[in-house]
Amino acid sequence: MAVAPALKPKSSDYKSDIKPVWCPGCGDYHVLLSMTKTFAALNLVPENVAVISGIGCSSRIPAYTNCYGFHGVHGRALALGTGLKVARPDLTVIVAGGDGDGFSIGGNHFLHACRRNIDLTYVVMDNRVYGMTKGQPSPTTEPDWDSAFTPGGSGLSPFHPLVIALASGANFVARSFSGDPNETSRILAEAIEHPGFSFVQILSPCVTFRPDERTWKDAVHAAPVEPTDDPARAARRIMTDDGFNTGILYRGRRHPYPTDRRTDPVDVTTLEEEFVL
Amino acid sequence: MSAKKKPATLDAAHLLAHALTIEIEAEDRYRVLADQMEMHNNLELAALFEKLSVIEGKHAAQIAEQAKGMELPDLKPWEYDWQDGDSPEATDPTDLHYKMTAHHALLLALAAEERAFAFFDAAARDAEDPEVKAMAEEFAEEEREHVELVKDLLKRYPPPPAGWDEDPDPPVIQE
Repeated sequence: MAVAPALKPKSSDYKSDIKPVWCPGCGDYHVLLSMTKTFAALNLVPENVAVISGIGCSSRIPAYTNCYGFHGVHGRALALGTGLKVARPDLTVIVAGGDGDGFSIGGNHFLHACRRNIDLTYVVMDNRVYGMTKGQPSPTTEPDWDSAFTPGGSGLSPFHPLVIALASGANFVARSFSGDPNETSRILAEAIEHPGFSFVQILSPCVTFRPDERTWKDAVHAAPVEPTDDPARAARRIMTDDGFNTGILYRGRRHPYPTDRRTDPVDVTTLEEEFVL
Repeated sequence: MSAKKKPATLDAAHLLAHALTIEIEAEDRYRVLADQMEMHNNLELAALFEKLSVIEGKHAAQIAEQAKGMELPDLKPWEYDWQDGDSPEATDPTDLHYKMTAHHALLLALAAEERAFAFFDAAARDAEDPEVKAMAEEFAEEEREHVELVKDLLKRYPPPPAGWDEDPDPPVIQE
């Protein structure tokens, strides 16, 4: 389709006038850019999109878009997003946060959101560290990462979010890199349009507490395979990759949880009455 | 990262769509850099990046004017023929430091202008249609002028002395 240039939505149309407080060089700037590019590419109406987050540096992201947003409780972004999508299935619901929020504090919600397969998109900006609280190791930190908090490394095996997502029933599993905003945008667009629970891990360097992650731009590479709908094949791919394969690694065919089951819709005023003291 | 590829031969509408997006992306990215510097109280750099953003915005408006009345292809971000997967004039935000100087900012700008020149230069060389070739050459010439302009500015802003990034009271450290 061809369009006049003035009519085409731009990524900047989806940004709020609040300036991010992330560190200069933080990968999350590019995640925000990819997200707004995706919204523009899909021609989404801002008031029909909700960006829901938990706590952490990356969880500030709802404020930087001009869509509806909710900066929620630590680890509970998926619970909020699930409730919203069930109540308002017409909305495009994006749940966003970091690896600590999603895989540690919110780990159990992650498992069950995958299992429920509600039609929403979960974006985890994974920097393998708790940045907001000054650099403690997170569930995805390498066991030998040497820091002031973990001299010699934690010695703990890292959590493998893509395998967990696949095993728990996520219907779309992908990995991307913040430094490649156009490819990330493509993956996010597919994730949003794919029915059911879509999980996108975005490798997003923390240049302050993990300056070694600046080298990620040389480490990431496109997965040399087409997406599969076979969970066994996807599991083999994910388990044997080096953690820097990017692309859509699994595109399942499970039907999403139906959000239109309620036969007795209740209006908001009636609901509110239950909470009046 | 997306694999480096040779750009496809572009027709006039596609070339204009690419040129417009190059300038819009450059405007947006410089504004992001300006915001980062303002947030971290490097106001000199914030003003410089904002100025660069405004200049790129004017270029975008000029190209939009040139494309007025035309229908440009509705390309998604991932459908453009960028060699490195990203718009050539978009600055790389990962090499930033909150105490960076005008010299560093101009180096970023120089690299961006050189990439934009290379893009249009290649488009001009590959074009078969004389109208597209002329248009690409005009864009390339503009980018070459910008390269020279930034090089001149760099003479006024030499590299800072060693230790420019030292901060006796850094805002974020492990304690």
